Parts: sequence; structure tokens; C-alpha cells
Amino acid sequence: MNIHEYQGKEMFKEAGVSVQRGVHCTTVEQALSAYDELGSKVVAVKSQIHAGGRGKGNLYHPESKELVMEGGVKIAFSKADVENYASNILGNVLVTKQTGSEGKLVSNLYVEEGCSISHEYYLAILVDREAKAVLIMASTEGGMDIEEVAENTPEAIHKIHVDPAAGLLGFQKRNLGVSLGLSGNALKSFFKMIGKLYDLFIQNDCSMIEINPLVRTEDEEMIALDAKIGFDSNADFRHKNNWVQMRDLSEEDDAEIRAGEADLSYVNLDGNIGCLVNGAGLAMATMDVIKLYGGEPANFLDVGGGANEEQVKTAFSIILEDPNVEGILVNIFGGIMRCDIIARGVIAATEALNLDVPLVVRLAGTNVDEGKKILAASSLNIHPADDLAQGAQKIVSLIGGGE
Amino acid sequence: MAIWIHEDSKVLIQGITGNQGMFHGEKMIEYGTNIVGGVTPGKGGMEVLGVPVFNSMRDSIESTDADATVIYVPPPFAAEAIMEAAEAFDSIKGEGVIVCITEGIPTLDMVRAVSYVADRPGIRLIGPNCPGIITPGQNGGCKIGIMPGHIHAKGRIGIVSKSGTLTYEAVAQTMRIDEGQSTCVGIGGDPVNGTGFIDCLAAFEADPQTEAIVMIGEIGGTAEEDAAAWAKENVTKPIVGFVAGATAPPGKRMGHAGAIIAGGKGTAAEKFAAFEDAGIACARDPSEIGDVLLASLKDAGLR
Repeated sequence: MNIHEYQGKEMFKEAGVSVQRGVHCTTVEQALSAYDELGSKVVAVKSQIHAGGRGKGNLYHPESKELVMEGGVKIAFSKADVENYASNILGNVLVTKQTGSEGKLVSNLYVEEGCSISHEYYLAILVDREAKAVLIMASTEGGMDIEEVAENTPEAIHKIHVDPAAGLLGFQKRNLGVSLGLSGNALKSFFKMIGKLYDLFIQNDCSMIEINPLVRTEDEEMIALDAKIGFDSNADFRHKNNWVQMRDLSEEDDAEIRAGEADLSYVNLDGNIGCLVNGAGLAMATMDVIKLYGGEPANFLDVGGGANEEQVKTAFSIILEDPNVEGILVNIFGGIMRCDIIARGVIAATEALNLDVPLVVRLAGTNVDEGKKILAASSLNIHPADDLAQGAQKIVSLIGGGE
Repeated sequence: MAIWIHEDSKVLIQGITGNQGMFHGEKMIEYGTNIVGGVTPGKGGMEVLGVPVFNSMRDSIESTDADATVIYVPPPFAAEAIMEAAEAFDSIKGEGVIVCITEGIPTLDMVRAVSYVADRPGIRLIGPNCPGIITPGQNGGCKIGIMPGHIHAKGRIGIVSKSGTLTYEAVAQTMRIDEGQSTCVGIGGDPVNGTGFIDCLAAFEADPQTEAIVMIGEIGGTAEEDAAAWAKENVTKPIVGFVAGATAPPGKRMGHAGAIIAGGKGTAAEKFAAFEDAGIACARDPSEIGDVLLASLKDAGLR
């Protein structure tokens, strides 16, 4: 789960990590009074969406799709600037490298006081799956596209792994600061900040904290000018009164939210063949095979290990809501899940939803013969398949795709 | 021979009195697994599924001399269950296999648990968020996990996979060409887990019963690339590989916490390329695994 920058900065402030003063706004009027309140000559006016690359993104009108403004993060030198930028941002769609071409509607804004920057750094804390440990990464090349830095000058990225039993040790914090070329007060400030960030990461079950840029001011203080925080959804039971409350549903896909509520895992894609599969790996393999035979998957949908009739019905209704869907492939390898239950679920769902697109069903595993019998006995137009390749070929040819 | 668990391995169930523990415990016993007891703190002294329930892993290992344990404990308590099992096996026997089925364990809990297990070299952790491990036998066999037992048969193919149902698919493919399995290991798709591909490849290479290997990967991370590079130097037996997620768009999370491509790394294309570079025969479609395996066996003079 992700949160907005303004929420992240709130958490930073509470944890004692230095940030500039700022105000969260949802209207132009609020942005103007924020400018007065901050009393700073220079302020940053920042679009708040759950994606990176905001500074280099562009804002478009939601209906006319016309370009409104270049850059989703602006430096304002006057109240008039704030008014201009805030009205160009709020209610428009921000498209960045990370949002995809459809972009994201901006409903939140952060107005933050400016600061005098000596140098910009990059800092991130995340879990390194290969090392099976928390990894802290820092670089002097802040403010840039860090993936490019990693690609072109990997030596410019300094890394430390934290031993989970020992925690983050003093020499590690010091060495990382020194490797960034910090000394004196800036090094002290970095030392303090990184300890607090690590504690915040552990205490809140973060999956990532990224600060780009982390800046050294002319007063030799380290300040987080950015705050990107992601949380491990598996740990939400421990944080019900904390970050779970910060979830912004408008940043998420409606169908994905509904699927999540029914314990289904769904991701919307661009194609026209809906898929209903048990298991994440098999669901991905099903998408791959559809593509191999010339089709395009409309979604990823994993019904999990023990889906019931109701979940199968919800899954069908979510797939059918996508107007691009022209056919559906069901691929179930029953383990815990019995094929006869799936077969009954498929029939109930197709009847209840008046399914009018071709449906191919491939069943294997536990109680497969019974499941196939149930499907064959129904009067519905269900095309059976014996294996995944056959299922994919059938659905592709039924919707008139492939060669 | 098979790897790590054998037909007569003595197995405990942690969380035996819960719904999952009871349901799968019954299935494991039906298959022929030698379940010798279970653990649920506070319910010691009970009898469930015809075996005794203990309060702690220490009590249960001391009483039953178990070789392995399977964890069906809910996510908030699962990492602790792993560490309890590791501590008990290590101090009592110096060795033991821990299979954690639980899905949804917080990642930082697993960071601690995996580090705890790594400090005890005799302990092997499989999972979490996996179907488990199965060694089919002559009559039944040893099934530790949630896979459907009846689709397996004893044989000479070793299978290792990140994905649950895709493992079943691979098993079905070996059966289609009249081959059985030595041991099938589901290592799970979580970002931080215990046993990895290389551990499995090394064990299969050393196991006389295993004559060929099927390895199923998923997008995300670099475990497949690392395993391919290792196999190139160290594995003499034929390997067949498949990677799921060629069509998954970057940055999207596909169900498994691990199945996400970050910054263009860990794509299916990169993993297939690494497999091919290591001489691993690739299936582009899971329905082809059987045919590719058959061709590999013929090339190696095994058919």
C-alpha cells in the first residue's frame, strides 16, 4: 500500500526526520492561504499522486486531453504563481513515466516552503530479496532518475545491509555518510536522520522508503524534500489505527478494490480475453500462453486456493465489467479446490450474469471427471479444453483472433 | 533416495487443531504421510486425527523424534512458529525440515525468521506461501503440504517451482510422458523465503534417484538467473525450465508478493535467456513441459 508525499512527510515529522514546513490542500483557495501561512517567499507547489516522476510529468485536461502545463511540481515565487500552478494542477490529469498513458487525476496538492540547497542526494530503504535483509541505498546523484544512475554508474550507489538481529549499527550509518562525502554538521545530521528512518521503516512494516532528493542545505542540515513510503500489506493487521487509515481508494482501480474485498487478486490489462485461474503462477502462465497463440489477455485474475461459488461469481462479474472482454478462458488445476465445485460455480455465474461471450473451460486435478460431466450436462455454450494450450487456442479462435 | 524427506519421515503439524491443520492433516494421513503429532500451545494432551497434541515444539520432538514439521499457523504467528521449530530441532537433534504453508506473513517477520534459521545450519526451511514438498512412494508416500497427492507417482524427475498450481501442471506433464517424480518442492513466491532454487538443484544433483530436473520460475528477483548460472557449472543432469509472467506489465503486482518486475529487472525474457545460456531446455508453454522433458531425456540417453 502506498501513501501520498504529504502523508509521508507527516510520518517523517513525527519520527523526528527533518522536513520543510508544508500544507496539504485540495482547493486553490487553500493553496493561497497556505502561501500566506508559510510566509516563505519561495514555495514548491507539488501534485500528490501515487507515482513517481511528477516533476518531469505533464498535466492534461481530463476531457479535452489538451496539455495544461508541463511539470507536476512547480516552484512559485509569488502568490500569483501559486494561484496559476494550483489551478493548473487540481482537477487535471498528471501523466508521468510511472503512471502509464492514462495518467492520474490530481485531487491533492502540497504547498511546501522553499529551502536553499547545496547538494541533492538519493536515499532509499527497502528489503533486498536476494540478500534476505533490509538494504539502505544512498547516492550523491540525487534528483535524477536513479535507475539510470544504477545502470550507468553503479559505483555511485552505496549500499549497506542490516543484520536483523543486530539492527543498524553506528559505524554503518557513519560509513554511509562518509561515502556520500559528508562531514561536520552534515554528517551528524545524516547520522541522526538515517537511524530515525530505519526505525520508522521497521516499526511501520514499510516495504520501501525513498527520498529523492534528500538535500544538504546551505546551513549543513540534511532535509527530506521528498517522501515516498510503501507499506507491506501483509502487515496491515498490526497497523489498523495507523497507516491503514491513510489509504486513498481514489488512487486505486475500482475493480481491483472490489476483487480485493472478495479475496481475489485482479489486475486489469489491455487485451480482450478475460482469464479466471487458480494460483498466481498459473494465472501468469495462462496470460503468457494466450499471447503465444495470438491473443491478448484482458486481466490477471487469481481466485486463490479455496474459492467458493460466490467468489467465482464475483470473479466473472468483475471480468465482464471490462467492456473490452470478448471471450473468457477459465483455467483451473484443482488441488485443494475441487473441479466439481468450480464447474457448479461457473454454471451458476454464467446463468446469473447472462453470459453472452464465448467461454472456454479447462479443468484438471481433483474431481476433474465429475467437473467435466457437470459442464457437459449443462445446456450452456461452454467449450471444454483438456490442457492449457488447447484452451488458449480455442478461445483465441472463438473470438476470431490469432493467425 | 529422493531429497530431504522420505517415505518414512516422521512429521509434526504446527496448528493441528485449526481448520487448515485439521483439513490438510487428514489429507496428508490419507496419502500415507507418517504424521506423529501436532502442536497447539495450550491444547497439549488432546488427541486429534489419532495423534497426540503437544504444547511446544520441544515437547513434541522429544516425545516423537520427528524429522519434519509443517506449519498451518495464521500469518501473525507463523514467523514465530518457524523460529520455535528451528530452535527445537536444532537443540534436540541438530537437524530438521520446516515446511511453512502460511500465506501472507509480513516480510520483515520473514527477514528475522530466515536469519534465525540461517544461524542453525542443520535446519532447512521450505516456504512460506508454498504448496510444500512431496516424495511419492511405492504405496502413498510422504506429502508435507497442500498439493493433491493423487496426481503424483514415484519416479526419477525432480521438480522445483515458485508457484503452487504451476507445480501441479509440471507434475501432470511428467505423468503424461509416463515419468514419475523423485521429490517435488514448492519453494514459494514470497520475496523473502527459505530454501531456494540452488539448494534444490544441488540436492537433486546429489540424489541418485533423480535423473532429470524441471525448474519453474516466475518474474521478479534474480533467483532464476543465479540458479541458471550455478547449474551451468554444477549440474550434470538434464534440466527443463519454464518462467511464468512473460506478458506481465512492469511494476504491476501479480498476486504473489514476489511476482513484480521492478525497473525492468527480473523479466521473463531475461530469465529464459539465462536458462538457455546455461543449457537448460526451455518450454515456452507449460503444456509443452512434457514434450521438452521427453526430448531432453532422449538426448541424454535416458529414454
